[in-house]
Amino acid sequence: MENRALNLLEEALGLGYQTDPWPLRGKVVLIEDCVETSGCFVLHQLLKRTLSSQSPNNTVIFLAFSHPLSHYDRILRKLGCNLVAQRENGRFFFFDMLKLLCPDEKEERNGKGGFISLYWKIQNTIRALPENNKNHATIMIDDMSLMEVAAHGSSDHVLDFMHYCHTLTSELGCSLITLNHEDIYTSMERPAFMLQIKYLVDVLIKAEPLATGLAADVHGQLTVLNWGFCNVKGSSNNKISNFHFKVKENSVEYFYPGTRT
Amino acid sequence: MAATKTRISSFSRNISAVSAPQLPGIKCGPNGTFFVSSGIPDLDKILGGGFALGSLVMIMEDAEAPHHMLLLRNFMSQGLVQNQPLLYASPAKDPRGFLGTLPCPSSSKDEKSRNHDTEQEKGLRIAWQYKKYFSENIDDHKDSKQEFCNDFDLRKPLERHFYSGQRVDCVSIKDSPNPATLHDRCATFLAQFPRNDGSFSCMGRIAIQSLCAPQCELSNMDWDILSFIRSLKSMLRSANAVSIITFPPSLLSPSFCKRWQHMADVLLSVKAIPDEDKELGKLLTGYQDMVGFLNVHKIARINTQVPMILEATTFSIKLQKRRFIVLECLNQAPIDGSSGTSYGTSGGCSGSSKSGALDF
Repeated sequence: MENRALNLLEEALGLGYQTDPWPLRGKVVLIEDCVETSGCFVLHQLLKRTLSSQSPNNTVIFLAFSHPLSHYDRILRKLGCNLVAQRENGRFFFFDMLKLLCPDEKEERNGKGGFISLYWKIQNTIRALPENNKNHATIMIDDMSLMEVAAHGSSDHVLDFMHYCHTLTSELGCSLITLNHEDIYTSMERPAFMLQIKYLVDVLIKAEPLATGLAADVHGQLTVLNWGFCNVKGSSNNKISNFHFKVKENSVEYFYPGTRT
Repeated sequence: MAATKTRISSFSRNISAVSAPQLPGIKCGPNGTFFVSSGIPDLDKILGGGFALGSLVMIMEDAEAPHHMLLLRNFMSQGLVQNQPLLYASPAKDPRGFLGTLPCPSSSKDEKSRNHDTEQEKGLRIAWQYKKYFSENIDDHKDSKQEFCNDFDLRKPLERHFYSGQRVDCVSIKDSPNPATLHDRCATFLAQFPRNDGSFSCMGRIAIQSLCAPQCELSNMDWDILSFIRSLKSMLRSANAVSIITFPPSLLSPSFCKRWQHMADVLLSVKAIPDEDKELGKLLTGYQDMVGFLNVHKIARINTQVPMILEATTFSIKLQKRRFIVLECLNQAPIDGSSGTSYGTSGGCSGSSKSGALDF
């Protein structure tokens, strides 16, 4: 339907070569960013792409720890995707987790309880999907560092939750896309949590500022590390891409350094 | 196709202009947001309008100088002068005493003399027959500007009637064993200003000073405080309020400091200026008048994904006539080392450094 050229991000993720099966199916994608450069726009782009009309079987389960639905709705509208309509069509499920808190007086059971019930909710939602869509679900999380805050610092509970979600990727072919703030963990002495998460990850997208500082025309650089990238010929290899980006209201421009006129 | 009334096009008209505010302290912003003033006109300009309603502002303190108090005081005064209830929390035993140090809006005579110079220079550029229209604009602009943001005179204390009575709620966090009391007070306070899709009955401000200060027991409860901040942020999103939290970053571990920074919608930091630093004095113009530096690290992006890139992120804090806070871009001194007057930086902030000077 759409024969437009792929942008650099879509190329790096292999999103153009095939629409069925969805290239990110069964994969875990981690988006990393820092205080200086926010990576949330990548999440918005992937959300829009997943819900696009090219792949009508895709559904998205969005766990929002950071912003309410109105925020995403406004942004995605400008990108050309109506979240409210998709929600009514049963393709978009928004779990508002802004107030999810595991009470601190009760012990680990309840701390875990919050995440366990969340996992069951997700699993039940997927199981309730129509037959065609069951294997095309995408779970999106914004963002993982807030999950740790909700768990009151018990990274183990968050790790367990991520492992549970990972089983969904291998059993049901779901995708798991999550945003995390990498600069929180690089300042830790022993970032065990991040190391374990990275072990699960198939695609890593890092948003960083330019080494030269701020610029109005270039907002930062993206590095995409795609293990198990399937190219046109069908063979699998690792692919690393690096390019610059500029975020606009209704799109994001990606370009190689020095190619902007 | 569903027969519901949901809009299919991605184009949405900005209907919020209609309900904008009968309240003097709020003005419309982009993407359905609203702005309230920080109490410092230059800071409002730098941030693109002010503090977004529903946002959480964090200020990183410098242990060597209390400049964050300048920002905090103006923020609190601005709200009180516009009749907005205030919740103030601090590690002091009796936070109410601090209210006596809040500044008063300057009298209109002073304000007009400050703005008039720059306006007059602009006036010279307008052909004479249009001057009458231009001066009308100045008056209107100033009137609406006065309503939204005041110039605070740091030498005059705020009149008592503004903060006596029920409008100001003070909380001491000194002896709190955990953030629960503060959290509950914030929750009850914010329950007064629910956000109901565009209608404004009132709005409020929360000012929390030195949240992880060492004299509080709270400072040992890293995750509890983070939990509180996250909860406050989610409450703010559904309330007509703005909150400032100041904290000393050196007292947090680097990883927790980053977590705090990521939670902020607006992130500022203040730095002291070393006295009599000759090298710095040679490097910058107007060094003697500077009180400190203000750094803008992050600007709120609510309802939008586009980052706001400023031309400059470091500003010098100066006290004009020792009364008014101004924020200026840093300018390098002329190479021969004589200080002289800086190039047209009076009252300007993130604009070009050539504003105001008539170059022929």
